[in-house]
Amino acid sequence: MVFLGGQVLPGNVGRAILGPFADQRAVDTLNHTLGVDRPLLTQYWSWISNFVQGDMGTSYIFRSPVAPFVIDALGNSMKLAAVAFVLVVPIGILGGVVAALNLNRPLDRIISLGGLSVTVLPEFVTGIILILIFGVWLRWLPISAAWPRDAGFFTQLYYLILPSLPLFLVLFGYIARMARSGMIEALDSDYTRTAVLKGLPWRTVIWRHVLRNALLPTITVIATQTGYLIGGLVVIETLFRYQGIGSLIFTAARGKDFPTLESGILTIGIVYAVATLVADFLYSVLNPRIRLGSDQ
Amino acid sequence: MSAVQTTSPNPGDMRRHGPLAEVFYSLLRSRTFLVGFAIVLFWVACALFGEHFAPYDPLADDIINALAPPSSEHWFGTDQIGRDVFSRVIVGSRDILTVAPLATLLATVAGTALGLLTGYFRGLVDDVVSRILEAFMAIPVVIVALLAIVALGTSKTTVIVVIGLSFAPIIARTVRSAVLAERELDYVAAAQLRHESALHTMFVEILPNVIPPILVETTVRLGYAIFAVATLSFMGFGIQPPSPDWGLSISNNYGMIGGGFWWTVLFDALAIASLVIGVNLAADGVHGALND
Repeated sequence: MVFLGGQVLPGNVGRAILGPFADQRAVDTLNHTLGVDRPLLTQYWSWISNFVQGDMGTSYIFRSPVAPFVIDALGNSMKLAAVAFVLVVPIGILGGVVAALNLNRPLDRIISLGGLSVTVLPEFVTGIILILIFGVWLRWLPISAAWPRDAGFFTQLYYLILPSLPLFLVLFGYIARMARSGMIEALDSDYTRTAVLKGLPWRTVIWRHVLRNALLPTITVIATQTGYLIGGLVVIETLFRYQGIGSLIFTAARGKDFPTLESGILTIGIVYAVATLVADFLYSVLNPRIRLGSDQ
Repeated sequence: MSAVQTTSPNPGDMRRHGPLAEVFYSLLRSRTFLVGFAIVLFWVACALFGEHFAPYDPLADDIINALAPPSSEHWFGTDQIGRDVFSRVIVGSRDILTVAPLATLLATVAGTALGLLTGYFRGLVDDVVSRILEAFMAIPVVIVALLAIVALGTSKTTVIVVIGLSFAPIIARTVRSAVLAERELDYVAAAQLRHESALHTMFVEILPNVIPPILVETTVRLGYAIFAVATLSFMGFGIQPPSPDWGLSISNNYGMIGGGFWWTVLFDALAIASLVIGVNLAADGVHGALND
């Protein structure tokens, strides 16, 4: 499935190239210099073989190689995504576990309903509201993610807190919900009853028996949210004027800078594929039953 | 979207006599649904009749009163060329409430047809179509939309088609799994024995029985469609000026919030938030009513 996704991405891009240029005779000369008037298959082949060798072509806008832009931007985006993930994974799981342990009590309702509400909101809406609260009214956090030159690790982190919060909110609901339903299922199971009847302390039952089983599906959800996170990055990086892969794609799309657009999107495709692979791997490591199943 | 169960006190007493009435009554009993439905209804009313009760023309500028803070004259203040924010927020519901439901409708029709085909025929058709759909689902919607809109140009139609087609595979998957269960039932075998055509069996026999999951999926998708339309408008790839659309207004004004002009974006943001939450609460209610 991931392989197919990777194959379809450049196909879309090929069509994206053809679309706007198809009926513009005036730019034929330009097309020729850029090499985009060659047959699509030839272009595709030279582009993909160059990409594999690390040459992503030349940006139409900046008139310079694309690769450094993409690599810089990817690095920046990963910093932002990392901050969001480091915050959301433990807090999301904790939220879900607490909700499940207080099933149908007010605390569960607050976490579930709150999580659901913030998850369905577009990132730029939560982003704007958070900027207003923490950046404009309280003046606790900077409203732009562009930190000063030579900023140290903690300064960068300080600038990244506000941009990562909208991503945090979107992911929190998903992760908390999965953790909650996983917990409920595990709490309800025969092995939990056995453990309780065996006279194990409640704390041991939760840590050793319930949590281990409950968190497996959550891991898969976290990985599948990578694709979602990337879509969110495009919005968040634009809102906070952050030089990441999302804003690179956005700028390229507005300026019809196809080499940059293609390389950015293919890079995202690769990141997504790798994340999915890692998730599959983690899942099988953590869940012995999967490995048993594949032997039969 | 089943995290929050509806507040129906004892789901055990929902016996299926007169299925439509049953669903209707359990919807009326669901506080989640009623609250969500009321919010959505409010915005639909604004979209339909907004210009009649908006105090100002949402497009009329008034440079002298530009960026005025909220006051008794302009409840939500004015934007950078003096347009009344309150009127713009009210009328701003119109475009998003046209584009998002149409996109959802397209997704539902296309997704249902694909789901019926793949679920009914299975085999090679299912394998080929399902793999293609999965490949599409692997790409984030925002990215697909960005590419398509760059290639096709910005217009409401493009936005509807792009969002509709990106959501179709998700609906197709839901319909397919419902059809897979239905096609094993006796009434399908009976139809086949009567030598009904495959089309008849799919659309006349099976389709009415898979309506509930389609309905749930459609209401959930409507929430996501509003999310997507608002986001695309904010990015400049969706609804175009001079529409007072909420996402578009935020994208025009958020550059100035550092200067403290919070009223130019806050009310639009809250409007989007309330509409999205309203649709999702209603969707959750529908889900609860049909699954209890």
